[in-house]
Amino acid sequence: MNQSTETNVEAQAQRFHPSYWRVFRTFIRNSLVRAMSFRMNFWLESISSMAWTLMNLGFFKIIFAHTDSIGHNTGWGEQEFFVFLGTTWIITSLIQTFVMPNAQEFSELIRTGNLDFALLKPIDTQFLISFPKMDWSNLSNLFVGIAVLLYGLWQLMHDSVSPIHIGPLQIFAYLLFLACGLAILYSVMIALSATSIWLGRNQTLYTFWFYITNFYRQPMEIYQQGLWGWALWGLFTFVFPILLVVNVPARIMAQPLRGSASGQTIAFCVWALAAAVLSLLASRWVFKKALGSYRSASS
Amino acid sequence: MESLAARSRFWWSLFRVSLEERLVYRGDFAFGTLMRFLPIITQIFLWWAIYDARAASAEGATDISQVEIRGYTLHDMIAYMLLVMLARAFSSMPGLTSGIARSVQNGEVKKFLIQPVDMVGCLLLQRIAHKLVYYLIAFFPFAFVFYLCSNFFDAGFPDPVHLLGLVAALVGAFLLGFFLEACLGLVSFWFLEVTSLAFVYMLMNFFLSGHMFPLDLLPPPFDFLVGLLPFQYLAYFPSAIALGKVDGQLMLHGLLIQYAWILFFVVLSRVLWHRGLIRYGGYGG
Repeated sequence: MNQSTETNVEAQAQRFHPSYWRVFRTFIRNSLVRAMSFRMNFWLESISSMAWTLMNLGFFKIIFAHTDSIGHNTGWGEQEFFVFLGTTWIITSLIQTFVMPNAQEFSELIRTGNLDFALLKPIDTQFLISFPKMDWSNLSNLFVGIAVLLYGLWQLMHDSVSPIHIGPLQIFAYLLFLACGLAILYSVMIALSATSIWLGRNQTLYTFWFYITNFYRQPMEIYQQGLWGWALWGLFTFVFPILLVVNVPARIMAQPLRGSASGQTIAFCVWALAAAVLSLLASRWVFKKALGSYRSASS
Repeated sequence: MESLAARSRFWWSLFRVSLEERLVYRGDFAFGTLMRFLPIITQIFLWWAIYDARAASAEGATDISQVEIRGYTLHDMIAYMLLVMLARAFSSMPGLTSGIARSVQNGEVKKFLIQPVDMVGCLLLQRIAHKLVYYLIAFFPFAFVFYLCSNFFDAGFPDPVHLLGLVAALVGAFLLGFFLEACLGLVSFWFLEVTSLAFVYMLMNFFLSGHMFPLDLLPPPFDFLVGLLPFQYLAYFPSAIALGKVDGQLMLHGLLIQYAWILFFVVLSRVLWHRGLIRYGGYGG
């Protein structure tokens, strides 16, 4: 290769701006084709993940047969809690559809050394490993989540004593903070999977995800008791802000305390926005740092 | 007589190999067991909040420790959650169904046709070895957590009769879990793909065995229907004995039904194995 062609190639590479949107659309198409090649399996998986969710609904139905609310003076009565549960499932299903398969695959790429191929491509590596796989069967819970959310809201809006009012502002804020929650969880999972560059095999990613879901899918008020409870609450609100993920949007919609705690909700909103930005930046930093230590795999 | 000695020697060495195989990753194992208690923390806070709300809503200010939900105080509920973990350590059989299904799918099952070894028996021995190692290592995390939470056990340590019943129920939970899942795995002689069946079983098990909540909370007629199924003997029944919720006559009655279910699944697994082999076709090398 002579001098002139080399500069030519370099110049071309500099001029080349990948169309992220088109690449993303290709990811969607590929994953849909893959899901639809095994249609029976796809439906079975959709049904079984829905069964899991409905079982959880059954658990809380039984709990509410024995109590009026979760926690004293927290405002999380049965209808409010439906809004909370719906929000939890919307967020969980979106993460399990779009983030978890990729986080898992990322660990696998590191282990096998196939990350080399991703690093060579002229596109941002974090983008390339964050979105290619989508597990569409998990999206079935999104619909269950929306249905439960709407049911809870409808009940609250037609409450005979003190119906709540939902305006466009609330819907906008709900969607905004849903996005913030997704950003926080995405950051946590991508950063966790990036650690497999240092730790080698990271089989426990789904286990970690299981533990994380266990903490974020509860109203944060339940932790606000005793020394240990407050310590956990502080840890998961300020250091690893996973408690904000469901709590902030669910509070905006369900308004568990009907205005008496709106100051507190606003404070959480501000912090959730900041936490989303900070987590994204932190995950980007961890990702870059991890890639710096990547040594590929010996063949 | 000699063949019996040779046989037991063979089974013993099989058992020893499984034992050693399992001791390779002990550090990882102990840590993983401790991690498994993490979800209990949220459970404790969730139930605490529920009992708190109940205490506040009752007429007059009631102390939270006085509140009962279907006979369970908050302490009972937390103790129950911990005991269920113990029972599940006996009855859960990770990888059993899928292992059997895989060996039928890829033809590995053939080795049991040419060797004078019974597959289910061999798997049972391996599983006992695995479980023994598990208890050996998991004993410390379990003892640590139970010690930390010892003040939740208001009923104290069970008396000799209940202790005996508890041991019988835990051994029963192991056997029932093993033969139930072995039967599920053997279904793969008919349907090669049993993952979805195994998932449905896991779901039902989680809910109906009492892993999620004590089955006493179920409203009628569900409590009656769930009582007819074998699942409760995998988690709820041993835990309820340890908590002193099932006494004397009722315990004996329950143990009889539990062992009758075990017998049922032992027989079923034999039938499935022999019928399955008739259906089975192993081609190629």
